[in-house]
Amino acid sequence: MIPELGNFFLIMAFINAILLGTLPFYGAQTNHKGLIQFAHKASTSIFLLMLASFVCLTISFIQNDFSVAYVANHSNTQLPIYYRISAVWGSHEGSLLLWVLILAGWIFAVSKFSKSLPDTMIARVLGVMGLIAVGFVSFTLFTSNPFERALPFIPIDGADLNPLLQDFGLIVHPPMLYMGYVGFSVVFAFAIAGLLQGELDYKWAKWSRPWTTVAWIFMTLGIALGSWWAYYELGWGGWWFWDPVENASFLPWLAGTALIHSLAATEKRAAFKSWTVLLAILTFSLSLLGTFLVRSGVLTSVHAFANDPVRGKFILMFLAIVVGASLILYAIQSSKVRSKSDYTLVSREIALLFNNALLAVSTFVVLLGTLHPLIVEAFTDGKSSVGPPYFNLMFSVFFIPILLLMPLGQQISWKKDDLPALLKKYVWWFLSCIFLGLLLTFGLNGFTFTDIEPMAILGTILGLWVIAGTVKYIQLQSAKSQSRLAGVRKISRSYWGMILAHIGVAVTTLGVVLTSYYSIEKDIRIEIGETVEVEGLSVHFKDFKNIQGPNYIASKAIFDVTKDDDFIAQLKPEKRRYNASQMVMTEAAIDPGLFRDVYIAMGEPLDNSAWAIRVYYKPFVRWIWLGAIFMALGGILAMTDKRYREKKLKKKASQEANTNGQ
Amino acid sequence: MKAHRRNKLIAILAGLALLSGAVALILFALNENINHFYAPTEVKEGKAPLNKTIRVGGLVVPGSIERSTESLYVEFKITDNQSQMIISFDNILPDLFKEGQGVIAEGQLVEPNKLVASKVLAKHDETYMPPEVEASLQKYGHPMQPRDGDESKQPSDKY
Repeated sequence: MIPELGNFFLIMAFINAILLGTLPFYGAQTNHKGLIQFAHKASTSIFLLMLASFVCLTISFIQNDFSVAYVANHSNTQLPIYYRISAVWGSHEGSLLLWVLILAGWIFAVSKFSKSLPDTMIARVLGVMGLIAVGFVSFTLFTSNPFERALPFIPIDGADLNPLLQDFGLIVHPPMLYMGYVGFSVVFAFAIAGLLQGELDYKWAKWSRPWTTVAWIFMTLGIALGSWWAYYELGWGGWWFWDPVENASFLPWLAGTALIHSLAATEKRAAFKSWTVLLAILTFSLSLLGTFLVRSGVLTSVHAFANDPVRGKFILMFLAIVVGASLILYAIQSSKVRSKSDYTLVSREIALLFNNALLAVSTFVVLLGTLHPLIVEAFTDGKSSVGPPYFNLMFSVFFIPILLLMPLGQQISWKKDDLPALLKKYVWWFLSCIFLGLLLTFGLNGFTFTDIEPMAILGTILGLWVIAGTVKYIQLQSAKSQSRLAGVRKISRSYWGMILAHIGVAVTTLGVVLTSYYSIEKDIRIEIGETVEVEGLSVHFKDFKNIQGPNYIASKAIFDVTKDDDFIAQLKPEKRRYNASQMVMTEAAIDPGLFRDVYIAMGEPLDNSAWAIRVYYKPFVRWIWLGAIFMALGGILAMTDKRYREKKLKKKASQEANTNGQ
Repeated sequence: MKAHRRNKLIAILAGLALLSGAVALILFALNENINHFYAPTEVKEGKAPLNKTIRVGGLVVPGSIERSTESLYVEFKITDNQSQMIISFDNILPDLFKEGQGVIAEGQLVEPNKLVASKVLAKHDETYMPPEVEASLQKYGHPMQPRDGDESKQPSDKY
């Protein structure tokens, strides 16, 4: 009964989406108040229906209703309750339902929090999002319905959730990432509505900005969580593989980062309007492309879902329609958009132009590397893949200038600035960073000149330079006021957001560079009671036992790790065998630290009581994700800036006045 | 606004120079880092280059896995149901690595029929078959049972 109810809600949501995707456009065109108002009502009901549908699937999972094929394939009676809930989005059908629920959530949020927009604009924005919902709900309904019954042969027990996914990572990573992916549909809808309306003034940018930032925050955290999950669960200590599906999430992030910056120029200076609109379209298109790559299984990836050509075709068609239609609209309407260009060659506008050019090229680099195997296959029938060295090299080439220019870009004035004077302020800071960077890498190298890694030194210097640049920025800004403290207080919240996000980029850069070049990785053979030295660490195999988990049995080893007779940590890696699927999973044990992780994973049992184990010493690896947290915090500061709130307060006041007046 | 026009032109030219430089660099780097995929039969026919990073894939031949007792070193054979080849790996195999399972190995051929792998990919999902492996099985060996998205989802064969 409950699955049928869920299916019913989904169908109702579909009908609602069709209405939302059509009527408000007509309402906006004819200025029909009722139809415009309808957009808000449909938004609310779409959200409630999707929520109800999602709850139905969740109940089926909690109740172990194995008559539902999706539940039977991805759950099991032995599965702990929290994994039964997260198993809802553990595979294709359910994760798509979550995707649509999140889309409905964004629609609802836009309808609730955009009261300050003109009625016709908001009707069109909601209409565009309704059309997107039509695409995704029909995709769910017609190709990937999670509520399908496996009648008449109901299995006694479920096939179990893939053990890799029985982890905290699954609970948090997909919802975060989807919030980001789908969140970019809001700014896309704003862009399309703006084009339809023919109005793309600074207000348009001002409305779009906080929405873009929220989506970007989720995307940042989602990617970081995925990387962290890969690190401790499946990656053998690796945190990024340039896997097609990782790239699929990285592409909209890069484009979204560019978009955040160009929106700033559009809002403040009315510059680059048409580019910003194009970027908004591209960012969401890349989100859709990512969906296509993940869901169709056209590329070999660790994430690929079981491949079903029908699904791939559906998404590809949807992608073609969305991109095609929006580009045609853009071609027709963008000539009406007038940007101001009253800036000179040395100005913040140009700095942001550089930022956008470099980020766009970086996006292109990753896009080309990701799609290249498909292009080759289409023309030559040969299978191939693009190796990480391509991405590492090409991405660095374009990211180095980004880091180099970042401190100058955040300081330079709008319209016109004095470049020599600007450089003069920073020259000593830059030289100090070079000195510090050399010193730090020299220290990490054990104070020797052997095996010097130029990229490690360069990366460290640039990371320090970005941090120093933000400090100098605060110093310069605060110097304008009478007292230092008053000056620091004067820096607005959105600028603090920028400062924090840029520090985040520096922290991630330092983490990436230092981990990549100074990690120690050793595979050793070790017996119980034995102590093995690994590059200054001594690893003692203390004990070994078999334990019983809720739905698995495991071999658990206990290692004491010491360094120069100082006890560092006791690590307890496991090798688990899951009852239902009989799959073996390696659970690594990690001693995390701000400056280093010690990581032990069990390999294979060798003869008698010996095991092959892998020992990692990873300096600064946490900084990779710490930087992402800084970026997200920066985003939160920026989107909660006074000018967005003030407007809301004013609006509220005027609304209250209106209602009182009536 | 002549000065302004000139500035704009400089900006455009600089952008174009950057872009063409970038494209040239990208194409060069791509060319250097493409790993072509070969089926064991193609390797046997000598189509795959020695000492160049390539990908091979096939089903792990049951009973062919030989582990060293002293280290992580392992050797196994893969097949496309027509020809076999040896893969050696000095690392921890992925958890889903199993006999009979479709895997992809990335590495270099050191002998005409032996690949030293730097990476072995086996999938999240036990019912998943890498598209490359499936294609080569279709081409050289007997295809496995049809892998219709819906059929592979049925759990009935397990119970």
